[in-house]
Amino acid sequence: MLRLEKRPEPSGAMRLASPLIAAVAMLLTGLLIFLILGKNPVEAFQVFFIKPLNSVYGLGELLLKTTPLLLCALGLAIGFRANVWNIGAEGQLIVGALAGTGVALAWGETESSWILPAMLVAGVLGGMLWAAIPALLRTRFHTNEILTSLMLVYIAQLLLAWLVHGPWRDPMGFNFPQSRLFEEWELLPILWNGTRVNIAFVFALLLVAASWFFTRKTHAGFRMQVSGLAPAAATYAGFGSARNIWLALLISGGAAGLAGLGEVAGPIGQLQPQISPGYGFAAIIVAFVGRLHPVGILLASLLMSLLYLGGEQAQMNLALPSAITGLFQGLLLFYLLAADLFVNFRLRIRTVAGAA
Amino acid sequence: MTTDPIIAILVSTVVAATPLIYAALGELVTEKAGVLNLGVEGMMLIGAVAAFAVGLTTGSLALGYLAAIGAGVLMSLIFGFLTITLQTNQVATGLALTLFGVGLSSFAGRPFVGQPITPVPALDLPLLSDIPLLGPLLFKYNLVVYGSIVLFFAVQWFLTRSHWGLLTRAVGEAPGVAHAIGRPVALVRYAAVMFGGACSGVAGAYLSTALTPMWVESMSSGRGWIALALVVFATWKPLRVLLGAYLFGGVTVLQLYAQGFGLDVPSEFMSMLPYLATIVVLVLICRDGKIILLNQPAALGKPFHPDL
Repeated sequence: MLRLEKRPEPSGAMRLASPLIAAVAMLLTGLLIFLILGKNPVEAFQVFFIKPLNSVYGLGELLLKTTPLLLCALGLAIGFRANVWNIGAEGQLIVGALAGTGVALAWGETESSWILPAMLVAGVLGGMLWAAIPALLRTRFHTNEILTSLMLVYIAQLLLAWLVHGPWRDPMGFNFPQSRLFEEWELLPILWNGTRVNIAFVFALLLVAASWFFTRKTHAGFRMQVSGLAPAAATYAGFGSARNIWLALLISGGAAGLAGLGEVAGPIGQLQPQISPGYGFAAIIVAFVGRLHPVGILLASLLMSLLYLGGEQAQMNLALPSAITGLFQGLLLFYLLAADLFVNFRLRIRTVAGAA
Repeated sequence: MTTDPIIAILVSTVVAATPLIYAALGELVTEKAGVLNLGVEGMMLIGAVAAFAVGLTTGSLALGYLAAIGAGVLMSLIFGFLTITLQTNQVATGLALTLFGVGLSSFAGRPFVGQPITPVPALDLPLLSDIPLLGPLLFKYNLVVYGSIVLFFAVQWFLTRSHWGLLTRAVGEAPGVAHAIGRPVALVRYAAVMFGGACSGVAGAYLSTALTPMWVESMSSGRGWIALALVVFATWKPLRVLLGAYLFGGVTVLQLYAQGFGLDVPSEFMSMLPYLATIVVLVLICRDGKIILLNQPAALGKPFHPDL
């Protein structure tokens, strides 16, 4: 009979191996899905995972989509480590985009060198503001931040819809629900010619470093780690949980807001009804697959970005719906959670003596 | 008498509340067993697409509902296997279930986008529905709506009067004790999780075959999450789930009638109402943390492993 046996200590090797196991399991399941759909699995793999990376432009697209995922996931991970479950990054991303756009529209179309920095700051503050609501409600009224941050996603989406259909609609835009196109000085500078990667990717990389420094080297990071691993010990040590909650939500909200601004002032170039294909939700998976570790999250967001690109390719070349991306994302997280069992447990084959 | 606007509003309130009742009562039983399943939204979407696909291709809505129940149970079994057998974090696994459900349902529902389906017919009971006021108010719904009331009484009876119901509550309060006296904790939790999945499946089926008879990607638009909030709002009591669901149904319906009342508010703001109401209600209920803790199942969200 197979039995689970608790390991005396969590296995470090398994901790690193389980994301890889999960990725392989996801790929194998993908193979099966392609077979069931009657596609040639080799060709489908080629299209899904190799083709997007075949050119400099493709690699640029990979980094472009990595950026919002990385920004959102790094912020979320800080909270997840401390048992603060912000799952409203999608809403914070949208409000960040709204705030930055608001600054650009309010200033008008006169060239100015401070407008882009002002948009960036507004984007971060917008995301923070949206995340401050669940923080306030949790610390003041004990309201579960999972539910409130999620409700705020729907509210943010409706706010965006109202603005692009109403007050912020471009009067010269042939009645399309979108803002005016951003001027050149309102757009984030491109890093490499021939790609669309912009400076937001650099910000995301800086946040990887900052996030590593925060968790490893600062007292606030240590406090949050303890609160997550041993809430009782944290209370005993006087590590106030309210401060953790505020810190976690403000950091993740700000990062998500920056991601949102990076999309509208980057590849999109204006405010539209659809500014994110669910980056804020996919970032939850990225955070887990990346082991809540900054470097792991960087790798995981590259993988997740590839899934988005692969989905687009599959739509164009295999006539598969791009929703297959969401399917792969969900599978990846399931497999990771399952594989994590072996971090703390091992399988033992045991003969049972007597009646079970 | 159906022209009477107040009757019309009350009727649409009941109609809008029905999916919330199913999903929230299912989750209530799950949570009573100590399991927090945040995957309600995902299970609802899978239920919605399953009912629509099977209902449309076979022409039988009854088969569609069976498929939705089966799909909801299958989804909940994934969750149960991970959290109960493999001891994974319930919050993370529930989120995964929702994300998976959103992806899988939009993938599976692709061929059905934009197709019409004949909705579940309303029962038009000859004599009863002709009674003034009461007739249209009480006797003109479809079977699924009446089913939600039956489900409420069944859950109420189950949790307070039946042996298995008491066992379920015991497992949610003190799994260690239940295990020590030889009760099958894992089995009870699996059963509760599957019940929640079945109910979410029906809730989803109702969305795609009765409330708006069509399939649209992510059509549950947060109702699964509102159902989760309802359970907290109800402080884990079935009657309050029922009342809460009608309250939310009423809020949802208000947006439809706003224009009729001459309210000149952009429709987007009216559509925000259910989500805003959820937040406000949560604040009102959770303000006093002690009340929530008093009623919340003690082992909610905590994995149980007999060897630990």
